[in-house]
Amino acid sequence: MAVTLATPPRVTRRPADRHRRGVGRWIVLALVGAAALVMLVPFAFMLLNAFKSPGDYSTNGPLSWPTEFYTTGLRTYWEQVDFPVKLWNSMVISGSVAVLAVLVSLLSAYALGIGRVRGRLWIIGLFLLANMLPQEALIYPLYHFAKEVGLYNTRLAVIIIFTVIQAAFGTYLLASVLGTFPRTLLEAAALDGAGRWRILWRVVLPNIRPTISVLLVFFFIWTWNEFLIPLVMLIDNQTQTVPVALASLQGDRLMDAPTTNAGSLLSLLPAILFFLVFQRTLARGITAGADK
Amino acid sequence: MAVPDSVAASRPTTTSPKTPAATTNRRRPDAAYWLYLLPGALLFLLVIGGPLVYTGYLSLTRWSGVGEPSFIGLENYRTLLTDDVFWTSFRNTVAMIVAMVVVPTLVGLVLAAVLFDTIGRRFRPRTAAALRAAFYLPQVLPVVVAGIVWGWILRPDGALNGLLDAIGLGALSHDWLGDPGTALPVVMAVMIWVQIGYPVVVFMAALERVNPELYEAAEIDGAGWWRRFRAITLAQIRPETFVVGLTCTIAAMKVFGPIYALTRGGPENATNVPSYFAYFTFFKRLNVGYGSAISMVLTLIIVVVAVLFIRAQNRAERRDGAL
Repeated sequence: MAVTLATPPRVTRRPADRHRRGVGRWIVLALVGAAALVMLVPFAFMLLNAFKSPGDYSTNGPLSWPTEFYTTGLRTYWEQVDFPVKLWNSMVISGSVAVLAVLVSLLSAYALGIGRVRGRLWIIGLFLLANMLPQEALIYPLYHFAKEVGLYNTRLAVIIIFTVIQAAFGTYLLASVLGTFPRTLLEAAALDGAGRWRILWRVVLPNIRPTISVLLVFFFIWTWNEFLIPLVMLIDNQTQTVPVALASLQGDRLMDAPTTNAGSLLSLLPAILFFLVFQRTLARGITAGADK
Repeated sequence: MAVPDSVAASRPTTTSPKTPAATTNRRRPDAAYWLYLLPGALLFLLVIGGPLVYTGYLSLTRWSGVGEPSFIGLENYRTLLTDDVFWTSFRNTVAMIVAMVVVPTLVGLVLAAVLFDTIGRRFRPRTAAALRAAFYLPQVLPVVVAGIVWGWILRPDGALNGLLDAIGLGALSHDWLGDPGTALPVVMAVMIWVQIGYPVVVFMAALERVNPELYEAAEIDGAGWWRRFRAITLAQIRPETFVVGLTCTIAAMKVFGPIYALTRGGPENATNVPSYFAYFTFFKRLNVGYGSAISMVLTLIIVVVAVLFIRAQNRAERRDGAL
């Protein structure tokens, strides 16, 4: 039905077009726009209160316009939690995890998707399971073990753990991508005398670069946003990540409202920047994930 | 299994002198490819397999984290069965599934359809993209940071009460997270805010795939918005609905960060969830055996739910294929 009517004569489409000019669409736009604004209200509140002095906040409340452009709250938070160190920790951890997890998943997926080793469905299922597990089911042994080998409170411990957790998902996704890799390309390379190692880096990798870049971005963001394992593993001012630093300060109950907002604002900024830069990659990645 | 495939595929293209070599080369590729699996497999055993098994063992012991665990069999699991906090935490998981799966998926379906079908096609696509970004923004934030912002908004001296005062509803102001009666619904509302963008973005991406002529044809046939939504949108994005349903259900069962940031399970366990309960039992009550039992039950439930989901999806796909 759809196909036969797909190219209707201009005449039949015109009335439909005119119909589209109705007020209805404006009402719909207004409703959805209002809903989108509601989504942004918390950010507006936060922005408004990040630049207030504690005195201003307690006398004029959370809704008033700041009486002055007060940046001491931001500066206090920045210094109190040593924000540059937290930022650096988050970057080192997320960056290393993204690269290492992509490497590990590429190697595993090469064996599973192209090498088609025996029992690969079970292996992929196992990796998928690793990604679904609640981290509580791993955390105590990991915590205990890290203490035994002297990796507790080091960024390396968190990097290793998340490399494996993210690679579990990466293996699942890349294995299904590589499962449909054009065989002729592989055969041609093999006939030219390329070994498996060369084929992986010279034939397979260049062809799946878009998927790889999506994975890099996702692993980076996911690791950046992780909480439980960094909370348990990183207890020191010198090792904590951005979210853990904010949360542990909140735990002290010493933070006044403007500092809470200033700290939240500083902690959101990197994520929002990253989102703006990589918006397209993210959208592409979500489709890749959903298509399986 | 794939070996005969590749050999068969290579046969027509290869010339006869090369065939024997190529065949023997590809006869036993398994062994060589296993090497590539080695790093992933070793890391997996170290970080996931080993710890999971060890947690399973610890769930059968009484242990405070120092000294030797003492084996007590199924004692921890028996205690769980009569532990009110445990049951409360699982009841709250159902609330989390409503807030993180049911509501976002339903609202997300409608929003994605409206953004794509009405706004995307009747206004400029950029309008739809900008609105989509607004809905997706909470998804990119560290969820703990979102929790802390909301925690402040909901405080007695926070923005929500300020807002209520400003519009003359000051009588309604409240310690939203401190009152056992309102804490859970309020946490649920926050989780809806956090989650809504994910289905919207996935469903909109899925709709890009749908042939636009389907919509135009249906419209010309006189199908209204609701009919188009049901007959085209819902039918076309069923696979994505499964993926969203599965991933969000697992996320809801594992939810930890927002609870930690918003309420730490309180007041009076009103917002406790299994993840937080396990964390608290491990690291605050130092009852490692019991915490392990909670984690193992949660793991088991997640695995069962995932398997059921995947089964249902396969069955639905087969039924669609048969039609």
